[in-house]
Amino acid sequence: MIRLSAVKKAFNQGRNNEFWALTGIDLSVRQGTVTVLRGPSGSGKTTLLTIIGCLARPTSGRVALRDRDISGLPERFLTDIRRSTFGFVFQSFNLLKGLTAIENVMIPAYPLGRGYASLRGRAHDLLAMFDMSGKADALTEWLSGGEAQRVAIARALVNDPQVVIADEPTANLDSERSAQFLAIAERLKREGRTLLITSHDPLVYDAGLVDHVVTMRDGRVLETN
Amino acid sequence: MLFQPAIMALILASVMATGMVAASIPFALRVLRRWDLSSGSEAQLVLERRTYLVSTVLKLVLLSQAAALILFVFNADRMATLFTGAMCAVGTLRVDPFGFPTLYLKIAVFFSAVAWLVLNHVDNLGWNYPLIRVKYAALLVLAPLLAAELLVQLAYFLGLRADVITSCCSTLFSGGSVTITDNSLASLPHRLSLALLGGIPVVMLAGGLLILNSGRGGVLYAGLAGLAFASGLAAVISTVSVYVYELPQHHCPFCLLKGEYGGIGYALYLPLFAATACGLGVGIASWAQRQPSLKTAAPAVARRLACWSMAGFALFASVSAWLILRSNLILLEPVSWRLGWFS
Amino acid sequence: MTVWLNRQRQLLDFASSSLLRRKGKNTGLFVVYTIIVFMLASVMLFSQAIRREAALVLAGTPEVLVQRMVAGRHDLIPGDYLAPIRAIRGVTAAEGRLWGYLFDPAAAANYTLMVPRDGSVASGTVVIGSGIAKVRNVGAGDIMSFRGRDGKPVEFKVTDVLTRESALVSADLFLLSEADFRRLFGVPEGRFTDLVVSVRNPREVRTVAEKIDAALPDTRIVLRDEILRTYESVFDWREGILLVLLAAAVLAFAILSWEKASGLSADEKREIGILKAVGWETSDVIRLKMLENAVISLLAFLLGYLLAFAHVFLFGARLFEPVLKGWAILYPEFRLTPFVDELQVATLFFFTVVPYTASIVVPVWRVAVVDPDAVMR
Repeated sequence: MIRLSAVKKAFNQGRNNEFWALTGIDLSVRQGTVTVLRGPSGSGKTTLLTIIGCLARPTSGRVALRDRDISGLPERFLTDIRRSTFGFVFQSFNLLKGLTAIENVMIPAYPLGRGYASLRGRAHDLLAMFDMSGKADALTEWLSGGEAQRVAIARALVNDPQVVIADEPTANLDSERSAQFLAIAERLKREGRTLLITSHDPLVYDAGLVDHVVTMRDGRVLETN
Repeated sequence: MLFQPAIMALILASVMATGMVAASIPFALRVLRRWDLSSGSEAQLVLERRTYLVSTVLKLVLLSQAAALILFVFNADRMATLFTGAMCAVGTLRVDPFGFPTLYLKIAVFFSAVAWLVLNHVDNLGWNYPLIRVKYAALLVLAPLLAAELLVQLAYFLGLRADVITSCCSTLFSGGSVTITDNSLASLPHRLSLALLGGIPVVMLAGGLLILNSGRGGVLYAGLAGLAFASGLAAVISTVSVYVYELPQHHCPFCLLKGEYGGIGYALYLPLFAATACGLGVGIASWAQRQPSLKTAAPAVARRLACWSMAGFALFASVSAWLILRSNLILLEPVSWRLGWFS
Repeated sequence: MTVWLNRQRQLLDFASSSLLRRKGKNTGLFVVYTIIVFMLASVMLFSQAIRREAALVLAGTPEVLVQRMVAGRHDLIPGDYLAPIRAIRGVTAAEGRLWGYLFDPAAAANYTLMVPRDGSVASGTVVIGSGIAKVRNVGAGDIMSFRGRDGKPVEFKVTDVLTRESALVSADLFLLSEADFRRLFGVPEGRFTDLVVSVRNPREVRTVAEKIDAALPDTRIVLRDEILRTYESVFDWREGILLVLLAAAVLAFAILSWEKASGLSADEKREIGILKAVGWETSDVIRLKMLENAVISLLAFLLGYLLAFAHVFLFGARLFEPVLKGWAILYPEFRLTPFVDELQVATLFFFTVVPYTASIVVPVWRVAVVDPDAVMR
């Protein structure tokens, strides 16, 4: 479904502190699978995630989504694709402060101009799916870590994306909550979605549902299995 | 005269608009030289990001110039009391030879800005920015136009002097003095004007339907819109104004905007300008559809703009018809008029 | 179409909630913005109101004023001049006017003395303006006396005080009968201060003026329209100068808004990054920010204008008093007639909202093009 060929990514190009985060990645992600990217910090896994998830364009190389080359697309179209295909769950959840849980869930859909009532209904359903109905109108600041993560996942799902990307999902959670997260991940997999997770938590990359583990170091792939 | 508040406001608006567009020129040149969508280099990304700034600036320029056009005419009308012989905007504009050129340039700027924005909108619909070079080349043409408008307007305002005796619209727009373009318009025979007024919505509707059905003829539509604009104005000057003022010799197109006539001029001019602007947009969108990435998107834009344009022309024609019908002036006896067509 | 509408509405919703969430930062800007609008609007409303008062006052006056000039100075005009003027075609009426200035040592002020044309003031009595009443502390029924031309005192009984409403033109007015005027100033019978001529058709005013000039070469003709034009010009020019001076304030405001728009807190930067990461496009973010600013602009404009309106029309432009008072002793306390002019509102808009919007365009853009992947780091 997603295919990367010779992808490289540089920062501060042309300047003294030029830095190549990715130095030639070839990767293939099949639909409906769970892939984990693991490696030490600075290995480029976050950068790789941003490229796969259409958050950034590669400096060179090709990215194909469902056999369509998206590496040269301008931001407008990339965003459009990202909005409908990818859902992101960030490491620090990145919920907007000062807004309620349900408002946070609805935000990614605002630019799509969906009717407010139907959007709110969908957001409610998603929160209900994660047992968060009771906290729909709670402000973000009042949510616990686990609750915030569930809201973040609901937000990622509001546009019904094919691929869900999670960056270090268990880094801030205890074992019980991590297990809960893995349960949610399993449910998503059963729904037919593709999952992409970065983690250096063995609980994650040794989990049964994982189909594919990609180890990275210094901007290149070391091994995959 | 320069210290008049409205004049200062207009100069300020022109300076800002010209300044902002002029500041985009170096960027436009960079785009023309270095744009390469397939490269993911940082330089390219920077260029792409910058295009958002330019399009936002141009949107603001269009809004402010549209408002400035209205303010300019409004103010010219108000200032008429300061000049001997002036009773409406025409008098104020004739005090200095740069008066009417300023008005024409302002109208030109308005239409050019609309055209650029349509071009920009259509370009953004294509996944490979197909018209980016055309767009920024057009900017290189727009900037001098804005500069010309700024300078001519400034020259006009500097030349305004209260002691110059000017002529009022009755000498300019009446049928029988020295040939000036506006004069020949005023002496247009009424039957012809009425024919034009009736013809405009019919022709534009036909053109629009052609576009809606077959997706072709967009550029033709734009040309027709331009003609409709000119004939609409001619018809207003020669006939509709006469019916509104109920004075056979009063043809002035600016007095229609005065409060004593209910500001009916706005109901005539706003639809006409909007319809023409949309018509221009249709032409641009249609021309753009030959680009492969715009094959489906551009015709959709053209269709939408054609609908707006047709509605605008229809509104203009209906308002004109209503003004003529409700007027107490009878210029053409209905029976003889009908007979006249056949004789 | 509905999609577009929904989108704008939801963005507007989000923009308003954003503004409310960051009340502290936006309040300062809002207050300054309102003050700027207030200052500019006050100046414009005040000048406009005065201009209108002048126009209204002049509207009732005759179209042509004829004065006699001797050695370039204004002199008394003989009543014989009225006959040739009345003979000119188009003249509906011509009359002599008697008016002049009197210095009152008791108040150290100049009064404008005038004989009303309808002869409504009886001999021995006067009607005074509110300014005189205040400064001499006199009212109806009191006696005022002055030194006549011949050195002997002339006494007047005050029958009425002119109302405050007309104070703009009548504060220092002193109305008396023709006989008393001539006695006080020694103006002989058959002589007037100047002549006023009414002309029926406005288009003929110039021609009539030229004919009067031809018939009476030692006179100076002043047209009411010229007076009106001069007033308009002068007030325009004065208003313009004031606005230019305020331009410094507007410039400072533009710089302030640039700074505010550029200086985003880390929180705000993070918020924009999140928005972009979850699927908002650069143009969506630009639209959001412009909507926020549009809301601030609209509210500040409305509030500033309303406050200026109250300031000028309810409180008599109290803040301008020191500037306007000048060297006039009998400064009138007046209430201006409220008047809102669309041209003025539009001009005010161009002086405030347009510079503000222009100053925030670049900062807003710079904020909106933040890379979405920055939020992952």
